[in-house]
Amino acid sequence: MSLKLVREPINKHLQKVPLGIIHVIPERCKECGFCIDLCPKDVLTVGEERNIKGYRWPKIADGKATECIACKMCEWICPEFAIFVVEVDRREHV
Amino acid sequence: MSQKQILKEKIVEESPRDDLIRRERFPHIWCPGCGLGTVLKCYVEAIAASNIPIDKHVIVSGIGCTGRIAGYVRLDSYHVTHGRPIAFAEGMKIVRPDLEVTVISGDGDLVTIGGNHFIHAVRRNVDINVFLVNNFIYGMTGNQMGSTTPLGAKSSTSPYGCPEFPFNLPLLAAALGAPFVARWTTLHVRQLADAMKRALQVKGFAFIEIISPCPVGFGSYNDLREGRDFIKLFLENCIVDHSADLNKVGITLRPGEPIILGNFVDREVPTYHELELEVFRKAGWLK
Repeated sequence: MSLKLVREPINKHLQKVPLGIIHVIPERCKECGFCIDLCPKDVLTVGEERNIKGYRWPKIADGKATECIACKMCEWICPEFAIFVVEVDRREHV
Repeated sequence: MSQKQILKEKIVEESPRDDLIRRERFPHIWCPGCGLGTVLKCYVEAIAASNIPIDKHVIVSGIGCTGRIAGYVRLDSYHVTHGRPIAFAEGMKIVRPDLEVTVISGDGDLVTIGGNHFIHAVRRNVDINVFLVNNFIYGMTGNQMGSTTPLGAKSSTSPYGCPEFPFNLPLLAAALGAPFVARWTTLHVRQLADAMKRALQVKGFAFIEIISPCPVGFGSYNDLREGRDFIKLFLENCIVDHSADLNKVGITLRPGEPIILGNFVDREVPTYHELELEVFRKAGWLK
């Protein structure tokens, strides 16, 4: 279901992987699940809190806080403009 | 521990693209799982990436779920009668050639009710962009079958299966001489935004068919009840082939028969505006 990478580059230890900080606008979410299904790193999951219309907006899954690679698939696929990712330098946060 | 708190999801009020959408109208009226919001997102990104000033962009849309797109973009937007957005856009482009006129509307609006306008606009090659969102059904009016419903698909007016062959829209547009013809789904967001950006640059009639999920309308009759069921269908069945034979790109939605996507046609064809100026010169109306 998710877009997982099959191959690994041989110089993987030299690659700098970007880090994304996920921003959510809870009041716009309609719980369609596109961001959760299409995340290649399975970072997102269904949250516990509900917004004013009763939809559970996404949250970062347990232990996945530094997994986001800022591919922005969730930002592009979200029909509601309710999630976006800001790319930061991984060395400053991890 | 303090670092983990920094790396939680942040709750905010605004998105970075709120300058191009009418954020006071959000959340929009479309159902959860609908692909129209993604089409809107791709269009907004294509506008931001094009080097055309915002006040030169105009969007026209007709009636239906997709017709609501014009109301959510912070541009000059026109919401016109059923089936007539192409006719309206043609007139606007002929009178004001400096504008970048885009039509975003549904399959029922553009090729079923406004089918003749579509045919003659492609034939005439007026420099407009038409982004047709195909959800295989008349959504807002009550899920009746239309001219894009695949053979055998169920709807409220064809409960035992649609007995008609659907339109093959890329073939129709290419046969009439359109300079740019593409087809993408709402899953292929970056490719769709790139195709839209190219369509904004193309001189002449640029046509993109966008296949969109409709979980509440089409899906409820055809065992695709969630938006993610459509995404799974697109992930498993879509093939990208830019040089595909357009006779074979019709959509059947039967298992094992792929949905072929790509930028099928990209060629130069003289536009209506150029040919019209030539006629004016011959007639002596221009110096």
